[in-house]
Amino acid sequence: MVVEDLSVRLKAYEGRAAVLGGHGKDPVNAPMIRHWCEALGDTNPAYTGPDAIAPPTMLQVWTMGGLSGHATARSPVYEELLSLLDDAGCTSVVATDCEQEYLRELRPGDEITFDSVIESVSERKTTKLGTGYFVTTRMDVRVGDEGEIVGTHRFRIFKYAPATTKKTEPKPQRPRPVVNRDNAGFWEGVERHELLIQRCADCATLRFPWLPGCHACGSPEWDTVRASGEGVVHSYVVMHHPPFPAFEPPYAVGLVELAEGVRIVSDVVGVPYDKVRIGMAVRLEFIRYDAELVLPVFRAEDVAEVVEEVVDEVVA
Amino acid sequence: MRAGDVLPPLEIEITRTLVVAGAIASRDYQDVHHDPELARHRGSPDVFMNILTTNGLVGRYVTDHFGPSAVLRKVAIRLGAPNYPGDTMVLTGTAETVDGGTVVVKVIGDNGIGRHVTGTVTVTLPMGEVE
Repeated sequence: MVVEDLSVRLKAYEGRAAVLGGHGKDPVNAPMIRHWCEALGDTNPAYTGPDAIAPPTMLQVWTMGGLSGHATARSPVYEELLSLLDDAGCTSVVATDCEQEYLRELRPGDEITFDSVIESVSERKTTKLGTGYFVTTRMDVRVGDEGEIVGTHRFRIFKYAPATTKKTEPKPQRPRPVVNRDNAGFWEGVERHELLIQRCADCATLRFPWLPGCHACGSPEWDTVRASGEGVVHSYVVMHHPPFPAFEPPYAVGLVELAEGVRIVSDVVGVPYDKVRIGMAVRLEFIRYDAELVLPVFRAEDVAEVVEEVVDEVVA
Repeated sequence: MRAGDVLPPLEIEITRTLVVAGAIASRDYQDVHHDPELARHRGSPDVFMNILTTNGLVGRYVTDHFGPSAVLRKVAIRLGAPNYPGDTMVLTGTAETVDGGTVVVKVIGDNGIGRHVTGTVTVTLPMGEVE
């Protein structure tokens, strides 16, 4: 099996160098010590003043590559191990264990060097985070020309493929309106929560939906009128089939006659689909369906009676 | 100090600032410690504290208790439930062994979702301070 092959290949990295001849980017220094103590709320006086030592738990900090990383320290062998794991889908990493031994204190001015060896690579393991491999490295941290060992640092990471969290399918989105130069003004109005009706600039005939010319006189000149928002259900259909994503049939689609006399197709809301009636008074409102989509819909005006009927049905 | 003695607990508020400041102070720029969006992309609900910060806090917990003359010799920790912003971690400790001036403290850090850290800290004290 592919997976077992990988385990065998990974085992072969044990005992090989992870870092060779690493150099601390900065010598042990007071500002980094102070920043660390500030972040962690550590007020130990041993870490300040002329005789300050570095907090021993900063051992690893002096070996970190920082934002720009270490140019050469990481061995090609270790890079290879990590990219093998990446290729196996184990692209995420989390540190799980850190074991440090401090052989002597570090003081500002100390120049750090370090070497690290791949101590072990685990079998394939599954944790809450996902499935992957534990990789343990052991680092010796040295100071000075003689390379005196000042600390050891054993570090274990879990390199894993994130568990596929039960993805709740994103709710399908409503279809986007097709916006073109002939109707852009309408959708800009909707964005401002205004329902704009086109009016012929020559004969004043209202028209909806938006069109380039007047159907009464043919004039291409127009301006707009803001709909008052009052209307009645002129007609409606109840959609049962076909089901479209983002819509839950059955639902009522109304042809609403606005007080201004033009008609618009939209949802009738605030009333069950089977309680929509011709002549029902409705009022315009705007609903935001998602980050990009606002639509004008029509809410049934006086639904007390209707709702009572529904409640009765439910109770029954 | 005798084996079995308990250290007073230390409460650490896990603020977003602590998580990020700890990561940056430890030169750890892994995105999961400062970028919530990328953290989510990697399957984590939010940024979380890095291991170096936890390591430092465990060390601080022990030296806060024993004072500036105490010398840390070993800190070994294992992480479990992550420290997410908004949570509180309570560190507790028990002296496991006391041998001359050397005390081994078992440290536990629990947060709202479980056990964040279990650790063992070896610290030496100047003679005469062990009592």
